[in-house]
Amino acid sequence: MEKHVITLDRLPIGKTGRVAAILHKGLSRRRFLDLGFVPGTLITTYFTSFTGDPTAYRIRGTTIALRKEDSSKILVITE
Amino acid sequence: MKFYKVRDMDFLMDDNFPRPLVALAGNPNTGKSTIFNALTGLKQHTGNWPGKTVSLARGTFYHRNVKFCVVDLPGTYSLLANSLEEQVARNFILFNRPDVMLVITDATCLERNLNLALQIMEITDRIIVCVNLIDEAAKKGIYVDGDVLSKELGVPVVATAARRGIGLFELKEMIFKVYSGKVKPSPRKVNYGEELEKAIGELVPRLENTFSGRINPRWAALSIISGDYSIEDLEELVKIRDESREESAYGYSFFSQLPGNRGLK
Amino acid sequence: MDIHFFHSSRETGDSNDISHESTDVKDLIVEKIYEKAESITRKAVRYDRFREDLDKKIDLLLTSRVTGILFMLLLLGVIFWLTLIGANYPSQLLAKVLFGIQGFLESFLMSIGAPEWVNGFLVTGMYRTLAWVVSVMLPPMAIFFPLFTFLEDLGYLPRVAFNLDYFFKRAGAHGKQALTMSMGFGCNAAGVVSCRIINSPRERMIAILTNNFVPCNGRFPTLILLASLFIGGLAPNLGWLLASLTVSGLVVFGILITLLVSKLLSSTLLKGLPSSFILELPPYRPPHIGSIIIRSIYERTLFVLGRAVAVAAPAGGIIWLLAHIKFENQSLLAQAAAFLDPLGRLMGLDGYILMAFIAGLPANEIVLPILLMGYLAQGTMISPDDFTSLKELLVNHGWTTLTAINTMLFSLLHFPCATTLWTIRSETGGARWAVCAAALTTAVALLVCFITASLYRLVMWVIF
Repeated sequence: MEKHVITLDRLPIGKTGRVAAILHKGLSRRRFLDLGFVPGTLITTYFTSFTGDPTAYRIRGTTIALRKEDSSKILVITE
Repeated sequence: MKFYKVRDMDFLMDDNFPRPLVALAGNPNTGKSTIFNALTGLKQHTGNWPGKTVSLARGTFYHRNVKFCVVDLPGTYSLLANSLEEQVARNFILFNRPDVMLVITDATCLERNLNLALQIMEITDRIIVCVNLIDEAAKKGIYVDGDVLSKELGVPVVATAARRGIGLFELKEMIFKVYSGKVKPSPRKVNYGEELEKAIGELVPRLENTFSGRINPRWAALSIISGDYSIEDLEELVKIRDESREESAYGYSFFSQLPGNRGLK
Repeated sequence: MDIHFFHSSRETGDSNDISHESTDVKDLIVEKIYEKAESITRKAVRYDRFREDLDKKIDLLLTSRVTGILFMLLLLGVIFWLTLIGANYPSQLLAKVLFGIQGFLESFLMSIGAPEWVNGFLVTGMYRTLAWVVSVMLPPMAIFFPLFTFLEDLGYLPRVAFNLDYFFKRAGAHGKQALTMSMGFGCNAAGVVSCRIINSPRERMIAILTNNFVPCNGRFPTLILLASLFIGGLAPNLGWLLASLTVSGLVVFGILITLLVSKLLSSTLLKGLPSSFILELPPYRPPHIGSIIIRSIYERTLFVLGRAVAVAAPAGGIIWLLAHIKFENQSLLAQAAAFLDPLGRLMGLDGYILMAFIAGLPANEIVLPILLMGYLAQGTMISPDDFTSLKELLVNHGWTTLTAINTMLFSLLHFPCATTLWTIRSETGGARWAVCAAALTTAVALLVCFITASLYRLVMWVIF
């Protein structure tokens, strides 16, 4: 199957990808790393809020909600 | 929810923490407070309803005729000092050197919780990992093998379901054993790869000389390499720490002067 | 902690970050730690019929478009309804007992030959205010706090933040502000402290300055009482329903004002880029009832009540004195009220109401008892369970539905209590932000009351 690199906010609900890179810098970057957003980690889009934003993701056995502004700065590889 | 202020941190400098001292660390939502309450019962200063100055919750419990003092550190995901809570937790472990360091983890998402445990293992050896919420995990079909975990980490592991009171006696036993030296944890540290380990290896002997055991040299090396602190920063840190020990007064200046304190805004 | 509030480059991480230079090393360190955590987990954790469907199903229900918002509003209504209904009877009982004791106190003081003013100061002033505050506050708090702690322990509150984040984003604020607001329902000072969970200084300041727009437990009794007297009284059969709808409506209005003012602040005084929003949605956990009761009663209810009581007794005494020290044939209290009257009237209130709010600065709980003491020239207070004479007293002093609505609105929006102001000062490292909070909220309160009063008068003028 073909591999695609997309930003996390484009990962459809129910689909799983692997974190490819974090484009955040500074403190935000550290926070994402602390939560386990490191390259290679599996991440699944879980559900979105009724306003369509933020979206909850499943990563390392936990549920983390992110805004579009932040999830668009995380690259994931899908198959 | 508990919250802390910079100037509340003077309690950290309070060298009169009764010994043996047990510190509790863990991610938020791991039932850390439940463990704390279960251990100490009503013999504690609670972190009262915030609104007035809040201090770390402290309590005591007796086990085998030893009176243990327990401190509940703020819940954090990491110890890399990106936030005030993380600094409080890290500095407490670094400078107050608990006799037993209890890391509470959530059995339902152990992986992320181990991030913190592995970081704490860089600062201190006297660690017990407590795998809490095993009842919740079992409901979700997740089972943690304590023996394997203990072998992999090199530190004792106790499984608990604190809300049901399961595993608390074993936990106290283990705290006692680690305190009394019957069990000697020997954490298997993270290998950061050839290049980094080489740099750490070169730095450690020098730092051992400089700080003569007042700061864990491997942790110091790591924080220098990662750019958190320069060696001058660390020297300053230790100096202020020593001075405030002598004064045994308030440690306010210590924290307001923290050099190169980059995580804190 | 003197924070540089306008320096948020680190938060947004777009320039000159110190840790930037060594990003690679730090990344490597964290990656290696997680690598190890992963390999350990693989060996030590067994997944058997792995399922987290239930949590997900609940989450889908609680966060979806229709059911999510419906459930949130319903929950709000039910909590107030339970608090109102449940507190009613115990409040009456407490009032009977506490106000009954007054007789004993008076006869005791008389028997030891205490002068009348001592009796007035101690019993009519201090004791009665105290009795009022306890009987009006204790029952609703003893119901509200456990309910709130239940939701907190269950893990529902982060879902509220999740649901509402979009609106906070639009207002230039942080989704976690919703959590600090929930805390504010208990006590605004606590709400202000809880703003520490917001890491960005700019967004934290917005949350701090607007926290007062959610009514705390000290203000709920005022809102509940006025809503039951004047709005609930409009439809005798549906009284409780109408009253709880009114209180819920006020809360929703407070949230709207919070968003509006947040937007205003983030586009003027506290401009800046939004920081990253990372919110963990922890798994739902069945709360432990015993610990809820211990925590909510001991740590919250009694703490808040204790503070209110500590303020109520001396304040009651002082107000009694002011009501009885006469200067040019008029009590000081009446003179102050007369001075404030024109401004009050303009906003659909009166001088006594404004004065009660000002005198209630130490604690919002005492606003109503002070107001009543002001109306009753002789300084004797009505028991709060005596609804009929309470309403009669207010109506006799010119109260209309507008007065009630505007008093509720003013209570919802006006300046924070002294404890909260003090907390803002210490949380922000400067008195100027406390002053700013007081000015901002008062301006909003005055403006909103002025608008409703004008609208009401316009409607009345058109109709009649």
